[in-house]
Amino acid sequence: MVTNEVYNIEYDVIVIGGGVTGAGTARDCALRGLKVLLVERNDYSTGATGRNHGLMHSGARYAVTDGESASECISENMILRRIARHCVEETDGLFITLPEDDLTYQRTFVDACQRAGIRADIIDPAEAIAIEPSVNPELIGAVRVPDASIDPFRLTVANLLDARLHGAETLNYHEVEGMIVNQGRVEGVKLLNKRNGEHVEVRGRVVVNAAGIWGQRIAQMAGVNISMFPARGALLIFGHRVNKMVVNRCRKPANADILVPDDTVCVIGTTSDRIPIETVDDMRVTREEVDVLLNEGIKLAPSLATTRVIRAYAGVRPLVASDDDPSGRSISRGIVCLDHAKRDGVEGFITITGGKMMTYRLMGEIVTDAVCAKLGNTAPCVTASQPLPGSEEGAPSQHDTTKRYSFGQRAAIGRHGSLAARIETDNDIDNALVCECEGVTVGEIKYAVHQLHVHNLVNLRRRTRVGMGTCQGKLCSCRAASLMGEMNHDVKRAQEDLADFLDERWKGMRPVAWGDTLREAQLTAAIYEGLCGLDKAVDMTGKEEVQ
Amino acid sequence: MADKMQICNISENNFEQCTKCSICTTVCPVAAVTTDYPGPKQAGPDGERYRLKDPAYYDKMLKLCLNCKRCEVACPSGVHIADIIQSARMKAGEGKRASLRDTMLANTDLLGMVANKVAPLANATLGLAPTKLVMHSVMAIDKHRTFPAYSRTKFETWFKRHAQSRQDAYPKHVSYFHGCYVNYNFPKLGQDLVKLMNAMGYGVHLLDKEQCCGVALIANGLYKQAKRQGRVNAASIRQTVNTDHRTVLTTSSSCTFNLRDEYPAILGIDTRDVRDNIMLATRFIYRLIDEEKVKLVFKKDYQRRIAYHTACHMQRMGWQLYSIELLRMIPGLDLQELEQECCGISGTYGFKKENYERSQAIGSVLFKHIADAQVEAVATDCETCKWQIEMSTGLPVENPISILADALDVEATRQANGL
Repeated sequence: MVTNEVYNIEYDVIVIGGGVTGAGTARDCALRGLKVLLVERNDYSTGATGRNHGLMHSGARYAVTDGESASECISENMILRRIARHCVEETDGLFITLPEDDLTYQRTFVDACQRAGIRADIIDPAEAIAIEPSVNPELIGAVRVPDASIDPFRLTVANLLDARLHGAETLNYHEVEGMIVNQGRVEGVKLLNKRNGEHVEVRGRVVVNAAGIWGQRIAQMAGVNISMFPARGALLIFGHRVNKMVVNRCRKPANADILVPDDTVCVIGTTSDRIPIETVDDMRVTREEVDVLLNEGIKLAPSLATTRVIRAYAGVRPLVASDDDPSGRSISRGIVCLDHAKRDGVEGFITITGGKMMTYRLMGEIVTDAVCAKLGNTAPCVTASQPLPGSEEGAPSQHDTTKRYSFGQRAAIGRHGSLAARIETDNDIDNALVCECEGVTVGEIKYAVHQLHVHNLVNLRRRTRVGMGTCQGKLCSCRAASLMGEMNHDVKRAQEDLADFLDERWKGMRPVAWGDTLREAQLTAAIYEGLCGLDKAVDMTGKEEVQ
Repeated sequence: MADKMQICNISENNFEQCTKCSICTTVCPVAAVTTDYPGPKQAGPDGERYRLKDPAYYDKMLKLCLNCKRCEVACPSGVHIADIIQSARMKAGEGKRASLRDTMLANTDLLGMVANKVAPLANATLGLAPTKLVMHSVMAIDKHRTFPAYSRTKFETWFKRHAQSRQDAYPKHVSYFHGCYVNYNFPKLGQDLVKLMNAMGYGVHLLDKEQCCGVALIANGLYKQAKRQGRVNAASIRQTVNTDHRTVLTTSSSCTFNLRDEYPAILGIDTRDVRDNIMLATRFIYRLIDEEKVKLVFKKDYQRRIAYHTACHMQRMGWQLYSIELLRMIPGLDLQELEQECCGISGTYGFKKENYERSQAIGSVLFKHIADAQVEAVATDCETCKWQIEMSTGLPVENPISILADALDVEATRQANGL
């Protein structure tokens, strides 16, 4: 429950945006002793943070085209392996050359990697098949690089937890409606609490715009113009891992040329299309996108042709036009930090954008440096060396076979690292599985609801993995809704939440609703509508039409 | 490639075809009696996704699976749930040694070979209270269990001495995979089969080389040995099918299922080319009668009331109807068909001390049905079900082949078949 106290504090810094960049910024600011408020209009990690590959780039992908980004990536990659161990799986990656690709590019690629400080070992195609059996057997070349898999939801939550541990306040479902601007100086934000409809004003000495693609709109509220160039990318999730390593194409970056093993699934992506800024909230995946992803994806791993697709999703990269070329022809993929005092004459307002999930920490460091410069704070940045909560030295690991964890415990350690110790495991009820696909127990759900800012089932899904397995919530959503209904003493709300959640799951299934995924969806509909009459119990009129 | 795109989903043991309907869990005999076992859906297709991520996610509770295959019978999506679980157990057990107890239980033929030689002594000793106590505490073989009695003469020895020379004279021929139980414990079942087949004009022949089918080896994690023995059996079966053009008959449902389906699914021994030529004798005989190729004539004065129990692997093959319909042909037999429930023994599972109580809890429903049926004996196609039901109900349990042989009017049958 948000008390008015939270609104009445005068903050050193207000961070707008609950993606990984905002979370990383809030953490950095808090660790340097600043009084921080982070506001997010939806749930945490709902924008580009939760809508990418989950790839922890080695930087190899950018080595040829953007050496600076490549260097940033490998440096952050090595940092995240230390500070965010429970969010990272050290899978390594392959860059494969297929017969239709130019093998001479491999040399260019390896040289560029070496210049950027990225280890890149050319290996024999036969060895590549041996270490990654899913790879296209027709490959004529392979390079091994330190790519890895990372969970952006966990990473964001861990940053938020640490920020809060160091005194920060974080509010989700608080939308910025306007800026408090006084004599050319931003002095705070006007907020809408979307959970109760209340309008409030909160003051801060510096406001950081970390709103990703929505940052253009935020900047406009302060009278500042930023030209964003939204680049949309669609991805497909397969029902299980076909690959153990990240698989990339060794050529200039193109559509659907990265396959990432993410937790229990694997993800192919992405497409890349420039879209008008007005359409950034439309995340529907088109048939054409699905076709491109599948047709290109099978070139990396042929078994994708017969592997079940469980979901499709899309995200929008917040690319920024260089200030010296507002046409957008030269778009930077690098980190952009704009001090609007210098750029636009608006004091107390900084935008941090561009970049990648990979470089969120560095972005946080850069913008916090700028904030500290304004506030006269000289504390050094420690985020590169201080582990995130859950990843401390000696934290338990899901991969540790010497420990006799139960299935649910191991899965929880995989998700929460050392914080899994906060989950009750001493009775049968708390150990009972709610989500059988993903091994989420009653205890883990209680922990998430009590300690990880969970207001609804979609929030719960992002904090745990409830409903992310192949059944997409068929069995677990009802159990989880019932638990939350009990905890909140509100059955009606739990019913509505359940209906919303199933709706949200169906949206992602719809673009790939054939075969077993369609059977699955039909069984879900038969259970919830036919058997339980959920559509009769919950008034869905006025809700967004299911597309 | 593109024309095959997403036409169908292919995954090992169809694990991805699971729609999480959970019907399998509702029929799982283990999940019904303990919360320690996560049930076939979670242990099988759900767990498989995590094990693909990291084998560390192998759940040791998978050892509670009976491999009864009831989940697979129930699955509307054709997922080989029990095979997924067995394969996971096999992968997790790689490089690990089985315990002395498990090795002993699994090596039904080795134990049989030794015990045969000293059968009276072995039978007397294994039944003694002090022996049982030692086995219970040292070997962790439950004290309630009695090993099936060992025969003084092996079936193979009897066959070579008393039957083999007559077999070539018959106009038609079959081979017989007798299995360990017939060979070491209960040769009478094999003798009954020879009697029955001979009366119908079929000569019965042993395989060139028969080894234990390995069902107990698989259950106890001795996969290497199971594979070794499986390859010997597969070669012998292939030889008799391809060279002698003989069908291979069996009298044990578990051996049959193992040879036909577990060899390719679990052990990677491809027996699919000869699969249709391996079958339970009741199925073979029923089909011959159905096609009016042979006739059975039964004694006029035969009178018994017997209940038929469908063994789990019998249900998996869907063959119980052959045994039941054959038994129904016996005029004086009042046959009560029991509801399909697991007896709880699952081969060597119920012999283990840690499983005894669970094993009996699983079987309790069946035992009650048997008591309610008020019969003088129970018929079933599985020898381990026989031990369990005999121990738990006190009633004698017989293989349908023995009942048929017992009720048969041999002379009349020979005449009816033109011998």
